[in-house]
Amino acid sequence: MGVVSSKLGDLGVVTTTLDTAVNWARNGAMWPLLFGLACCAIEMMSTQASNYDLSRFGMELNRASPRQSDLIIVAGRVTRKMAPVIRQLYDQMAAPRYVIAMGDCASCGGVYNNYAVVQGVDEIVPVDVYVAGCPPRPEQLIHGILMLQEKIKGERLKDWVVEGAR
Amino acid sequence: MYIPDALDPIAAMTENLPDVLLDRHEFRGEITLIVAPANVVTAVRFLETTKGLVYNYLSDISAVDYFDLKLGYGDYGARPERFAVSYHLFSMLYGRRIRVKTYVNEDSPIVPTMTGVWAAANWLEREIFDMMGIRFEGHQNMRRVLMPEDWEGNPHRRDYPLGYETVMFSFNVDDINKHKPYAEE
Repeated sequence: MGVVSSKLGDLGVVTTTLDTAVNWARNGAMWPLLFGLACCAIEMMSTQASNYDLSRFGMELNRASPRQSDLIIVAGRVTRKMAPVIRQLYDQMAAPRYVIAMGDCASCGGVYNNYAVVQGVDEIVPVDVYVAGCPPRPEQLIHGILMLQEKIKGERLKDWVVEGAR
Repeated sequence: MYIPDALDPIAAMTENLPDVLLDRHEFRGEITLIVAPANVVTAVRFLETTKGLVYNYLSDISAVDYFDLKLGYGDYGARPERFAVSYHLFSMLYGRRIRVKTYVNEDSPIVPTMTGVWAAANWLEREIFDMMGIRFEGHQNMRRVLMPEDWEGNPHRRDYPLGYETVMFSFNVDDINKHKPYAEE
């Protein structure tokens, strides 16, 4: 019995693939960007507050800088004036980066079917998960986040997007 | 403190500025004075500085696009021009409001600026310029305030297309996806 195992207890050995280990790490510590556009942001705040406690899923901390975050929750309608800002924030995020379109407005324009609002944020950035609702309840957003985590769990190393190699 | 008695704004205008006041309307106690674009500043300065009127607070400036001039209502009848700019004034001394309105030509929609009287008119006039395309002569910073700088057209004009996009259902999803842009990674 070596020093390490006697200190830590006999933990045994876990074998896994690199894919699974990396995806587990990415899942467990996702940092969303502090980014609310409209009323959906209220529900997003509620999701992160004590009642729904998003930190159960490893994302308790919103970062105010896109360079420190790997998830952007587009919470609200995106106006045409805001669109270049969102694209810039998305481009500043380090890969791997994920986008959740929260609510009807971010997903498809919602009730704002007019000249001023982008009809779905997927015209600006690639969206991983769409969350329906106007606004979605915190349970729905959590469901969307769990769906995103399921998606990340299915990622493979060979499909990784390498920055600069595109 | 001595406060002079409140004057009737219409009587005061007809007495002191008979050439400026083109028309007037009263509807449920709301008074609207109609003046020519060139005389707007004169009329508003008169309403602001005259004892007994003192409309010293600019509530709002708004613009209207009547588009179809023949469609009037009430005693308004047909409109003389396509656009109208309204100045909503409030007298903090007497607690009453008045509206000064001017009709603006469609071909050269230019109104003198109110920023010399009230600095608050700055952004209000910029918004009207942005949304209606009415220029304010003498304004120091006549740029768009709501829409992006490179926007074309004036969204609140009645002939501006709404930008309506067909709602996507399962039966037309293929047609829409042919032309709907999607972002790249």
